[in-house]
Amino acid sequence: MLLSLIRKEFKLELRRRSVVSGIGLYLFAIIFICYLTFSLRRGSINETTWSALFWLAILFSVINSVAKSFIGEKKGLSIYYYSIASPQTVILSKIIYNTLLCLLISVVGYVLFSLFISNPVQDVPLFLLTILLTSFGFSAALSMISAIASKTNNSNVLMAVLSFPVIISVLLMAIRATKNILDGLERNTSYDELTNLLAINCILTALAYILFPYIWRS
Amino acid sequence: MKTWLKIVAVALVVYVHIGGLLFDVPRLNILNETIRNLYFHVPMWFGMTGLFSISLYHSIRYLRNPTLESDHKAVAFATTGIVFGLLGIFTGMLWANFAWGTFWTGDPKLNGAAIATLVYLAYFVLRGSVDSQEQRSRLSAVYNIFAYAAMVPLIFIIPRLSSSLHPGSGGNPGFNVYDLDSKMRMVFYPAVIGWFLVGYWISTLRIRILALEEKTAELDYAKHA
Repeated sequence: MLLSLIRKEFKLELRRRSVVSGIGLYLFAIIFICYLTFSLRRGSINETTWSALFWLAILFSVINSVAKSFIGEKKGLSIYYYSIASPQTVILSKIIYNTLLCLLISVVGYVLFSLFISNPVQDVPLFLLTILLTSFGFSAALSMISAIASKTNNSNVLMAVLSFPVIISVLLMAIRATKNILDGLERNTSYDELTNLLAINCILTALAYILFPYIWRS
Repeated sequence: MKTWLKIVAVALVVYVHIGGLLFDVPRLNILNETIRNLYFHVPMWFGMTGLFSISLYHSIRYLRNPTLESDHKAVAFATTGIVFGLLGIFTGMLWANFAWGTFWTGDPKLNGAAIATLVYLAYFVLRGSVDSQEQRSRLSAVYNIFAYAAMVPLIFIIPRLSSSLHPGSGGNPGFNVYDLDSKMRMVFYPAVIGWFLVGYWISTLRIRILALEEKTAELDYAKHA
């Protein structure tokens, strides 16, 4: 059931090409604006600014793309899901799918950043691990918030208002770990941040798993 | 709330004001007399955490057994908690102006507190934007639990990991090292209890107001129907 739900998400996404290209263009536009407004030439930006800009660009694209996971859905669709799957399966499938989506966005963002701005990352595997953990955290928090926001009147505004405070601890950890990586510090200096990130992810996922049935039952 | 508890609350807070402003405090550089703010600033945070925890408890109870009463309790404690949080920020800002020379520093604990306030403001925005009463209670209960879990690392974990000016975080010793003769404890512990009881009392009043408003709305509805 879980697998078929995830497969359904992918099929839906691929069928609506405009959505995928929309997200891609959004990301590209943000990075290009960063590139133009800071009039950055290669290597003329310090590490702290790089990690802050990178995560801000990723954050905005991710909020916009994950927001539609529940908000965009039609009214009758949730009733259909309700009849074929348990709420836990639905939220898990959404979280896994959104993690992959966030991962894709982050990796594409990373490639674009190194193309236009610079690539100060020295330890690529560790950076990818950070990206993976952060994507997981983003998707766990945002899928849940999206489910809450979809039930309200002005869901788009609420999506931003509700998600920002919840996501900021994930974001702070990610920025801190990224800065360690960019400074070229030893791997074990970032382990603290990464284990914390993992712990926060576990808490958020567990809460989403437990609480989602209550949101859904309307 | 029992009457004797109310009397205890008033007595403690009066004692804290008299004792806090008149009793002997350690003579320290920079801090000087501002150390007395300890009796007002720190109890606000203890009170806020306590009130938010009670609000969390009632949100969980609401999800297990949806009654209007637990919903009212969750909102009332969150409201008082946010007032305590704002007072904690303001007293902290005054203190920071004397001790650190500026109202606001980029301290992780300050930022964490500001974000915690945002979380609960978002909670009220969420409540404001759902029409159906039952849906509103359930969604806000879920968000309350979710937000509380996200807030704990912000206030209690991240400040300890990073460098900070605050006592008790970033490897700094807690405030108890300044209080060598334990004289301040004589006022500090009553202050924590007294302020918390006052917060609890205000919340119970809010709960009664909410219940009465609910009742008048019902009566109005019955009259027009």
